[in-house]
Amino acid sequence: MAKFPRSSKHTPRSGFVEKTLVDINNTLEQSLFAEQNARKQGLLQGLDPRLKIVALLLLVLAVNLSHNILIILVLYFLALWLAFFSKISLVFFIKRVWLLIPFFTGIVALPALFITPGSILVHLPLGLVITNTGVMTAAFLLLRVGTSVSFAVLLILTTPWNSVLKALGVLRVPAVIILILGMTYRYVHLLLHITNDMFLSRKSRLLRRMNGSEERHLVAATSGTLLNKSLQVSSEVFLAMQSRGFRNYPRTMDTFKMRWRDWLSGGVVFITIGLAIWLGRL
Amino acid sequence: MSQYKAAFELLIKKIPRALILYYGVFAIWLCTTAMHIPDGYLSPATSIIMFALVLPFWVMGVRKLREKMTARNVPLVALIAAFSFVIMMFNVPLPGGTTAHAVGGALAAIILGPEIATMAITIALVIQAFFFGDGGILAIGANCFNMAVVLPYVSYAIYQAFSKNQPPTSKRRIVGAAAGGWAGLTVAAFFAAVEFGIQPMFFHTVNGTPLYAPYPLSISIPAMVIPHALIASVVEGLVTALVVIYLQRANQPALEFVKKTEIASELSGFAKWRALWIALAVMLAIVPIGLLAPGTAWGEWGTEQLSQLGLSFIPQGMANLSGLWSAPLPGYDLPALKNANLAYILSGITGTIIIGLTVWLFTMLVTQRKPESM
Repeated sequence: MAKFPRSSKHTPRSGFVEKTLVDINNTLEQSLFAEQNARKQGLLQGLDPRLKIVALLLLVLAVNLSHNILIILVLYFLALWLAFFSKISLVFFIKRVWLLIPFFTGIVALPALFITPGSILVHLPLGLVITNTGVMTAAFLLLRVGTSVSFAVLLILTTPWNSVLKALGVLRVPAVIILILGMTYRYVHLLLHITNDMFLSRKSRLLRRMNGSEERHLVAATSGTLLNKSLQVSSEVFLAMQSRGFRNYPRTMDTFKMRWRDWLSGGVVFITIGLAIWLGRL
Repeated sequence: MSQYKAAFELLIKKIPRALILYYGVFAIWLCTTAMHIPDGYLSPATSIIMFALVLPFWVMGVRKLREKMTARNVPLVALIAAFSFVIMMFNVPLPGGTTAHAVGGALAAIILGPEIATMAITIALVIQAFFFGDGGILAIGANCFNMAVVLPYVSYAIYQAFSKNQPPTSKRRIVGAAAGGWAGLTVAAFFAAVEFGIQPMFFHTVNGTPLYAPYPLSISIPAMVIPHALIASVVEGLVTALVVIYLQRANQPALEFVKKTEIASELSGFAKWRALWIALAVMLAIVPIGLLAPGTAWGEWGTEQLSQLGLSFIPQGMANLSGLWSAPLPGYDLPALKNANLAYILSGITGTIIIGLTVWLFTMLVTQRKPESM
């Protein structure tokens, strides 16, 4: 197979247009992938979205209430177990949580190893020492963030966005807000496509690298145009809604029904959560 | 014990060089991520307080959406939220070859007014939290307070101070937008730093291991505020100003949108209840008198005080139950504040605010459930 000539010496530094394009495409890909997973026939996919959303909130609460690191660890394995039986690739699941999201947290947690006062665990060169309490603190922070994110990712990977929105009604979120959330999600995709096109068309007309001030003006013009388009689309959407009979108040067709397996798994999950909170506070 | 102390002092001496290096890396990293607090940084108690703080702004936003304006705003807010979401993804080229992100909150506030900007950014943040794991779910309250309340209100106030009664093409609007964007994000970063920084004071295990974000205020404030003030806020100001310049050329009506739709002087909420607010303030002011009175309020004895009062036994049920609920401010005392009186007054104020907000919210929920009124 012939390879594309790819000289590492002469590849130009990737510019901000490319970076933005990559970001946008990653986002689109992520959301498409999530919807794909949500359609599989797994354990979590078959449960009532309302149950899932309430259980998720309580699980995250349990993770954050626990003063015992073992409990958090057990809850993390629960997340892995749920992912496995929901036919989500474990490699993908672990990667998605630990590679991308808490990277920020890792950097934040690192110096806590050294500067938390406590008994000394390891001596390092340069006179640095790692303390016992430092290790515990960093572990707490990392595990808490990782486990919380895992549960959030589980919900999204196993539930279509529209069902998540409808289920938010259980949490007494006003219907107007749910309507707006749904529309926002839909138009994020439209605006992402528009932005993608704008940057791509600009990139295809480039003959040389732009300098910094040109780049900044391009960003400003793109943002401004995007804003104009958003305002324009919003008035068009309004007209479309009116012409289809929108009477100032959204109505949803509530088709959720709790079945025996929802009640059963709900019972199991809530007992687990109760236990986790109780044991974690000891 | 003394060798620990010596080791700790050695550690303190060694810190500066390592910390400078660290802050360098941290600053660069911070500026490439928006300021989204994940779950695990804040204790659930803090998260709940942050929800309480942000609630009135949500209620205000929903009210504004429902009553003061037409149904036209449903798609408008949705599109601006989507816009704010997409804008957070733009890489803005900086001098020196790096790139950074903007939040877009200042821009939303300038175009929509702060109340509706709060709703738009909240919605963008909720989608980010649920869908992309960017920012925690319990931390939505805190994130919304920083980015959907502090940021737009501060930015808007500064922008208004510069550009009130100025024509849309005025240069002062550009200056106001830049200053507003910069100040808004910097103040938001400060609030986030305070939320992190109070965690180790209140929440740690018996041997002092911090349970949540581990750094005290003395570290968290410089770590958050300095890089933001130098880089991220500059980007926010820059983007806001550049877009305002662009709008001055391409879409001037957008800059006057707030003026057209705003119903003049929305002070009725305060004015109507002014007497009540003043009475509440006076009552808060005389709280310290309670410190002069010795003893405990009648009937509010704790288990220890019961035995002091001469009760030879403590009711078994009460003894069992007294450990069940540990309040976030036990005995109205903040252990981290050494001054008990100050802590008492602070507890009073916190309690009043929380109760006031709860009552307000409850009233809103009861009275606002009228679908026709939108």
